[in-house]
Amino acid sequence: MADEQKSFPLPSSVAVTPGTEEAQAAYPYYAQFVPEDDERFWFYNSMHFPEPMHHFDMITAEAAYCALGSFNTRVHVLPTTKGIDHRIINGRVFIGGVPVTDPAEIEARAGEFQQRAFYYYKNWERLYDQWKDKMKALIADAQALPTPTLPDLEPIETTHTGKGVAANHALIDTYRKQLEGYFRMWHHHFEFLLLGYGAYLTFFDFCKRAFPEISDQAISRMVAGMEAEIFKPDEEVKRLARRAVELGVDSHFHDAMEIEEVLGALDQLGENGREWLSELETSRNPWFNVNVGDGFYHYHRSWNDDLSMPFAALPGYIDKVKKGENIERPMDRLIEEREQLVSDYRELLDSDEDRATYDQLIGLAHRVFPYVEGHKFYCEHWYTNLFFNKIREFGALLRDHGFWEAEEDVFHLTHYELESAIVDLMLAWSSGSDPLGPKRWPAIVAQRKAAIETWAGETVPPALGAVPDVIDDPAIVMLWGITRENLDTWLSDGEENENELKGFAACSGVVEGTARVVKSVKEIGRLEEGDILVCQVTNPTWAPIFQKISAAVSDIGGSMSHMAIVAREYGLPAVVGTGSATQKIKDGQRIRVDGGRGVVTILDEERVLEDA
Amino acid sequence: MSSANDAVAWFREVGIADRPTVGGKGGSLGELTQAGIAVPPGFVVTTHGFELFLEALEAREPVRARVEALDPKDLGAVTKLSEELRARVLEEPMPAAVEQAITAAYRELSPNGEPVAVRSSATTEDAEDASFAGLQDTFLWVLSAEDMVHRVRECWGSLYSTESMTYRLKHDFPESGVAMGVVLQRMVDAKCAGVMFTRSPTTGDKSVITVEGAWGLGSAVVSGEVTPDKWVIGKITGEISSREISDKHARQVPAEGGGIQEVENEADIRKAPCLTDEELMGLREVGRRIERHYGKPQDIEWAVDRQGQILLLQSRPETVWSAKDAATPVKKPEGNALNHVMTIFGGKR
Repeated sequence: MADEQKSFPLPSSVAVTPGTEEAQAAYPYYAQFVPEDDERFWFYNSMHFPEPMHHFDMITAEAAYCALGSFNTRVHVLPTTKGIDHRIINGRVFIGGVPVTDPAEIEARAGEFQQRAFYYYKNWERLYDQWKDKMKALIADAQALPTPTLPDLEPIETTHTGKGVAANHALIDTYRKQLEGYFRMWHHHFEFLLLGYGAYLTFFDFCKRAFPEISDQAISRMVAGMEAEIFKPDEEVKRLARRAVELGVDSHFHDAMEIEEVLGALDQLGENGREWLSELETSRNPWFNVNVGDGFYHYHRSWNDDLSMPFAALPGYIDKVKKGENIERPMDRLIEEREQLVSDYRELLDSDEDRATYDQLIGLAHRVFPYVEGHKFYCEHWYTNLFFNKIREFGALLRDHGFWEAEEDVFHLTHYELESAIVDLMLAWSSGSDPLGPKRWPAIVAQRKAAIETWAGETVPPALGAVPDVIDDPAIVMLWGITRENLDTWLSDGEENENELKGFAACSGVVEGTARVVKSVKEIGRLEEGDILVCQVTNPTWAPIFQKISAAVSDIGGSMSHMAIVAREYGLPAVVGTGSATQKIKDGQRIRVDGGRGVVTILDEERVLEDA
Repeated sequence: MSSANDAVAWFREVGIADRPTVGGKGGSLGELTQAGIAVPPGFVVTTHGFELFLEALEAREPVRARVEALDPKDLGAVTKLSEELRARVLEEPMPAAVEQAITAAYRELSPNGEPVAVRSSATTEDAEDASFAGLQDTFLWVLSAEDMVHRVRECWGSLYSTESMTYRLKHDFPESGVAMGVVLQRMVDAKCAGVMFTRSPTTGDKSVITVEGAWGLGSAVVSGEVTPDKWVIGKITGEISSREISDKHARQVPAEGGGIQEVENEADIRKAPCLTDEELMGLREVGRRIERHYGKPQDIEWAVDRQGQILLLQSRPETVWSAKDAATPVKKPEGNALNHVMTIFGGKR
């Protein structure tokens, strides 16, 4: 206590970087810091938004917090917490919880919660089945939305059918439907999420008290699902490898292949080649709708958009199939191992009472876990891909009408600005004159591009504002893993060993090897057998290359992140959520990964001069 | 009545229930041997053996009556009698049948003069505590029959140490019940050795195993003369969650002509881990088996021999944390399992 009180900077003390003022001001007014925000505690949401936000991508924060808060505050009525407020400065998203502290209010809310949330728990399977139907219908709706186009003249059918609506109306209609769908998807996303995490965390909490030194991994291995959607994309790649061998077309797949050439060659090859291509189509829909990030940014493209990830894995799997190795997941063994783990820990408990509680808690955790693991495929992957690709179509249309140079430039507009640009184009098409956007947007796009580049090089404080005495907000603890202890670590950052990075222990094992810092999926070809993958976000879609590497390290992710789950599946030593591995580790350096302790050590102190 | 046939019992013939005649250490080694755990072979000189010897002493001059007649506060008298009785135990002839039984068993155990350890094995539970002073004799690397018999006598003699007699007098233990087993066991020329707790000594967590070890014989670790390497292993998962490799300046090794000596460790092994990960997994496996066998956490002494085989030297129930177990459940079951989630959501953590 006598120690000098350390604190985080106040929001009002964070200056907008000179030259980026206009880009900052263009974010919605409700996401700008106001003077009263100095009274509150905010932390940088580096887990979901590790990079400066394109103006359009802020819709993800907005839609997600609209939904998260609604379910916490007003649907399930969590007793001790309401929603999450968000602010953006210098392109970075800060968030703050809204805890409930008045005991009378907590009690009243607890009564509501037990009626509402308990209904969900009691009817979990039925409601989750219903959820999947809702999500599939929502996805179908999005898939059915037309590609925005403007013909020179209306097709004659408009006349013959007495349609009464011209083509420009479809632009605003499609755009608004697509936005509506995205906001709705995020509601669905949070319908179960907090309840699922909460039930899991109840079990987690019990295990930590019964077994103070148990690892997070051991607990998550006890609840991990076996048939979860996250394993499917990789399973499909394995299936395609097996089919390639069976059909005798495997010689086309090698490390130096050009994907387009391979696809062309297979098409020319005759029946077996075409058979494989049709298998590929089966896999692509829906399982290649996974994206290579966590789906929060428009540039996290899916396997379907860029086949290089699954194709990078094919030669390795094909080799294994030809050697007669079994590459399928040993489902029976995995299930048996999980059950053994559950019963071994149970045996260590002291009393029948504890065993009865344990049974209740693991039962609940197993019931909710399919949602916790499965929802991401439908929400953050499949739907989000459809959404951003639809916006891309608007980007292309507006580009064709001179609004900007590249399709991707559309993401430099907020969703309000994009609607205005669409209306601008609709008006111009309607009046037969030129839109005004081409004179307005290119300069703005250039300015925002520059701002994002500036912001990307900046160091971001992990938190802002007053340090709370305790963090008792279950949503923040659950979703971000932020505790009072974390804050103390953040405050003391810089006092530790420079060559050591700490993260979450995702999968145990100690490995030394060459670090390969991979900033995007385009670079995965650089990974050589035995390399240690160092990347920003790891995610199940990277699973296929886990066969090739000896360990994995990421900037972002918790011990329950999907990456961690898949790493455990592969027995691949991994440390996730190091915060800055891709910045501190240089490509080619020798590093040691201790996945059991969550520590990465840089062994070469000298800089590796790669291209010197 | 005691007969010389019962003066010796092999490990394979006894179990923990035989504590009254073979002592706790002997019973435990017998139990482990019977359970199929790799324990260096050995036998126990039972309390029958001791009683026959004591009868021979009593026949010449009283022993027990004189102890009972002592005033525990009269330290001078206690010391004088202690010296006298210990000398008698060391020097007076042993009944031939007893000596023959012990010597024959020793020849079988050590046909070519292989080294053995001689240790006292107390028959009462509290005698295993350090508070029952003077009953923890251990003689290592004993190489001859003569020396072996002498060491057995020394163990017996420790019953008549001043500390031991004073303790009995203060607690009104009848002398008629005083007896002791002596364990004789083939010694392992250990590459490394140490101890293992099948729970955490710091948190009491039963889901981890803590291993401490150093180069050479385990006596250096047990006596605290060298800072051992320390590992924490997930009992169930096998994860090694902590590795503390210490600077082990010295090790204990057999001395020429018997006994042990301390030697400096060579520079290249001082800071090297004394166990490989595979050996740690082997220890974990053995630790789990023993814990399962007894149904409670254990405090184990182990050694790894030159061939890399793991051998168990001793196992006893862990006592510090066991006393606290089951006092309060971690969390009581709920009528409605869903109420558990209120620990997370209700602010009642």
